Amino acid sequence: MEKMSRVTTALSSSALTGHTMHCHLDAPANAISVCRDAAQVVVAGRSIFKIYAIEEEQFVEKLNLRVGRKPSLNLSCADVVWHQMDENLLATAATNGVVVTWNLGRPSRNKQDQLFTEHKRTVNKVCFHPSEAHVLLSGSQDGFMKCFDLRRKDSVSTFSGQSESVRDVQFSIRDYFTFASTFENGNVQLWDIRRPDRCERMFTAHNGPVFCCDWHPEDRGWLATGGRDKMVKVWDMTTQRAKEVHCVQTIASVARVKWRPECRHHLATCSMMVDHNIYVWDVRRPFVPAAMFEEHRDVTTGIAWRHPHDPSFLLSGSKDSTLCQHLFRDASQPVERANPEGLCYGLFGDLAFAAKESLVAAESGRKPYAGDRRQPIFFKRKLDPAEPFAGLASSALSVFEMEPGSGSMSWFVDTAERYALAGRPLAELCDHNSKVARELGRNQVAQTWTMLRIIYCSPGLVPTTNLNHSVGKGSSCGLPLMNSFNLKDMAQGLGSETRLDRSKGDTRSDTVLLDSSATLITNEDNEETEGSDVPADYLLGDAEGEDDELYLLDPDHAHTEEPEYVLPQEAFPLRHEIVDTPPGPENLQDKADSPHVSGSEADVASLAPMDSSFSLVSVSHALYDSRLPPDFFSALVCDMLRFYAEQGDVQMAVSVLIVLGERVRKDIDEQTQEHWYASYIDLLQRFCLWNVSNQVVKLSTSRAISCLNQASTTLHVNCSHCKRPMSSRGWVCDRCHRCASMCAVCHHVVKGLFVWCQGCSHGGHLQHIMKWLEGSSHCPAGCGHLCEYS
Amino acid sequence: DKRIRVSQPLTRGPSAFIPEKEVAQANTADERTNFLVEEYSTSGRLDNITQVMSLHTQYLESFLRSQFYMLRMDGPLPLPHRHYIAIMAAARHQCSYLINMHVDEFLKTGGIAEWLNGLKYVPQRLKNLNEINKLLAHRPWLITKEHIQKLVKTGENNWSLPELVHAVVLLTHYHALASFVFGSGINPERDPEISNGFRLISVNNFCVCDLANDNNIENASLTGNNFGIVGSLSELEALMERMKRLQEEREDGDTSQEEMTTRFEKETKESLFVVSGDTFHSFPHSDFEDDMIITSDVSRYIEDPGFGYEDFARRGEEHLPTFRAQDYTWENHGFSLVNRLYSDIGHLLDEKFRMVYSLTYNTMATHEDVDTTMLRRALFNYVHCMFGIRYDDYDYGEVNQLLERSLKVYIKTVTCYPERTTKRMYDSYWRQFKHSEKVHVNLLLMEARMQAELLYALRAITRHLT
Repeated sequence: MEKMSRVTTALSSSALTGHTMHCHLDAPANAISVCRDAAQVVVAGRSIFKIYAIEEEQFVEKLNLRVGRKPSLNLSCADVVWHQMDENLLATAATNGVVVTWNLGRPSRNKQDQLFTEHKRTVNKVCFHPSEAHVLLSGSQDGFMKCFDLRRKDSVSTFSGQSESVRDVQFSIRDYFTFASTFENGNVQLWDIRRPDRCERMFTAHNGPVFCCDWHPEDRGWLATGGRDKMVKVWDMTTQRAKEVHCVQTIASVARVKWRPECRHHLATCSMMVDHNIYVWDVRRPFVPAAMFEEHRDVTTGIAWRHPHDPSFLLSGSKDSTLCQHLFRDASQPVERANPEGLCYGLFGDLAFAAKESLVAAESGRKPYAGDRRQPIFFKRKLDPAEPFAGLASSALSVFEMEPGSGSMSWFVDTAERYALAGRPLAELCDHNSKVARELGRNQVAQTWTMLRIIYCSPGLVPTTNLNHSVGKGSSCGLPLMNSFNLKDMAQGLGSETRLDRSKGDTRSDTVLLDSSATLITNEDNEETEGSDVPADYLLGDAEGEDDELYLLDPDHAHTEEPEYVLPQEAFPLRHEIVDTPPGPENLQDKADSPHVSGSEADVASLAPMDSSFSLVSVSHALYDSRLPPDFFSALVCDMLRFYAEQGDVQMAVSVLIVLGERVRKDIDEQTQEHWYASYIDLLQRFCLWNVSNQVVKLSTSRAISCLNQASTTLHVNCSHCKRPMSSRGWVCDRCHRCASMCAVCHHVVKGLFVWCQGCSHGGHLQHIMKWLEGSSHCPAGCGHLCEYS
Repeated sequence: DKRIRVSQPLTRGPSAFIPEKEVAQANTADERTNFLVEEYSTSGRLDNITQVMSLHTQYLESFLRSQFYMLRMDGPLPLPHRHYIAIMAAARHQCSYLINMHVDEFLKTGGIAEWLNGLKYVPQRLKNLNEINKLLAHRPWLITKEHIQKLVKTGENNWSLPELVHAVVLLTHYHALASFVFGSGINPERDPEISNGFRLISVNNFCVCDLANDNNIENASLTGNNFGIVGSLSELEALMERMKRLQEEREDGDTSQEEMTTRFEKETKESLFVVSGDTFHSFPHSDFEDDMIITSDVSRYIEDPGFGYEDFARRGEEHLPTFRAQDYTWENHGFSLVNRLYSDIGHLLDEKFRMVYSLTYNTMATHEDVDTTMLRRALFNYVHCMFGIRYDDYDYGEVNQLLERSLKVYIKTVTCYPERTTKRMYDSYWRQFKHSEKVHVNLLLMEARMQAELLYALRAITRHLT
């Protein structure tokens, strides 16, 4: 019986029967081991050491090895192993560093056989030689491995890992003399049992402790290791350097790993923390476990295949004080729940799509998505008859490549940069944007802009009381009654392409002229000239929120513009057809508003050089009967916006939204608007169009969006003395404890706005410096520099 | 007049226990330290703790890295909260040094100044941390999964697990650091930054005890040095002799298991005497008035100020089981949990524990080429023993052999009631040893304490999870 051959055991395995079942233990288990007859299992823990018989329906306690009045620490087991040759022989590793062997054949109640107290620290692992009856190996926290001959009283040889704690030792199943040991520092060592002086081979297998290892039962060179870094790695040891052939990523540290019998690529793992399940992996498919056992309620501490030639029975012990037998056919299979389709975008817009072959085949008759006109490239996985998984072999991968250039978003960038969103009459904005769109070859968009203009700017539809002044002015083009003041050089200005070069002097004179010749009141100091500030008869073009950047777009626009339709122009002394959208009043007003104009001349030349006003049109409101209610089209326009947004052209939606302002805003719910704004701003920022994005934020009426400008703006400053960044407060350096910015006037620390001269770099509180420079032109610090404040 | 008292540290230099030149010598040439400070210090300067620790640069790096990570890097808690938690932790030991430091940092990172008026002014959520702060600081073995459940239970003020782990790491770190501060007699920072009104009067620290005990420091250290110089020489020899003997004994060592078990019990029991005898020592003509003032000042950050360490062995009726170190180790369990919930801190702490445990220069006082493993292990395990953590594979008889009584007194004081540490205690053990070696001892004590607290807290969290 002792010499029962492998063949016979293999045959007997077919007779192995049983169910998924579990039994309650009295205490948490630390390890389990199976008797070679596959009918008994030993469970060991800190306060449990029992043998159970595995019967058809249940586990039956057969023997309690924990005897004696006062349980000694020798019985507090960290590991247990049953000899695979001798049914009566067991060994345990105790937490106090003792290795104990047990002989079930002893007649007395106490089966304890030998006691080896050679290790100084906890013994983590014991292992019998697979074919030698008397050889036992142990690995301990103290960094030593010891080999015992059970016929002698003490160890035969000691192997020093030259490192902290040994976590696992395993005799090779195929090589008589070889064993592997794993270490806390991530190393794996290979030893020859005859040579205790140094290891044959050493390599780093994991980052952090390697908790376990297992030799492949059939393949001589394969060693599986599991570590705290949540990986299981399979090493090929036959090559010169240990080669990692497979790697499985689990979700928790790997406490035990055991190859599945008769399944070359399968192994079972359990975890030491957090995750209570047992997984069986196919190492070639490292992302989805082949099977999963979910019976335990606390971490699994020991796993063992019931029979070395039967792949379907797995036994496990756990901290939740249960012993389980799992049947492979009862295992849950995550693969079945997995989604077999995958979709991914490449860096350059390529789209890869993997799906079951059957699905793809059905689909291939259709044209791929119209946006990408290239035929998809198909990769087909070659079927490997050796591979057991059904789902994997039949999937196909299609890659849709972007047409060269089609992935480019230059139209988006161009559009974003060139669109005018505010600051001019609606009609002008529409025209301008329409032109931009047309130039970029987006005719539909261009057409849309034109239609918008027609809808909102045709005379009949102009609301008599305009909500938006910019619109009022814009709509002036449609009004029949216009008082226009032609300035002396108007013709020249209009006719000449060099209007840009007009100097400020002209503006000045224009203004003067205007003041005198017209009854227009321009209040130069008025920062925000509202319509209400102006005599009712004259509507001055002043768009709310207009700004200089926008305004910059004006000149080229005014010139290249093609009028879309003929306007009633009776009141105009026509010199040029462009006059249909006179920018005059607005521009003039703008000049008047601008501090640059009133301030320094140089500024005007550089900042707003383009169109000094050449004409002023003031409009008196003629009351019209609307032929159509003003919001007749709003529903349509809103639909249109939604259409564009749906299409992915959120740019269009937002631009129209901004340009039309109040006209449509109320018809679209806040949330949608916010959503559009947010997506558009996000897009703009991805293209680094910071200016445009900022402008959009500024023009948005949604509170959530416009407050973006006020959030998370950080300005980092460095200390002027030690050049280190001042991380905490802007005015005191943490390192050199000096106040970085002193006011040159009051000699106090400046905590708020700090203004300084770029010439001499002295400065101080904004107010103080302003005040000082009103009275003196020299630097307040006394450096003699002639500072300028503008 | 408070200000005047502050500006008079008892001794110059970073530590009241260690002569300035000892630290300064080590410091001047040390580029590495400066580099580390620049890289990882949150305050951006070489504070006294760092100066003293820089006696062990290797360790300092791990320490600063992990501290920087938990205070400044990605983590679930907002920056000001982190500092406030540090304040709460330090307040348990009335460590005004750490409190002041973090009051500054708290304000710098944008904390609400009102919170510094005391716990009454902080959100309930932070207040809820009080209970585990208290337990962790003094009797970590009382932490159960119910405490954790109470904190993470869904509700208005609940903590998410990652946040909780972050908070626990901070709490334990600062409890342990308080031990180091008191144990090494760290002086208040020389030039307190712009006073913000929330700083505590720094004079109190350990100095009260010193003032009470060793009225004249210079004198005390002098006597300390001259006194037992002959006696301590032989003390050192004796210690080394004992170490050698133990080593040999182990080779053929054969103590019965029962013996081993009782030794642990004995050690925990014995630790009862260790300080109870010495409390008398530390408050001879007690300055209670002064003491009260201090507590009231610090106590705004804590609740139940009377709660303190109670000897593990004295628990009597409740009889909690000892914590079996092998059943829940840092390497196997603690690390995985921490790293899972608060990524990367596990690696940093792991490195720090490893570093402190293996740090050695193979010297003992004047002797070189000594294997000090045994001594280090004894120190580490003795600290754990006082928190009820037991190693199956350790013979607690060794502690008795290796750690003399005065050292035990010191260890117990530093780890359990650090605020009572005096210079006399510091001076009275291992008189022949270098200051840097005593700092090494302090590092071991600090890390052992932190690990012990962490293990209890993490075990409770694990139990909550399962």
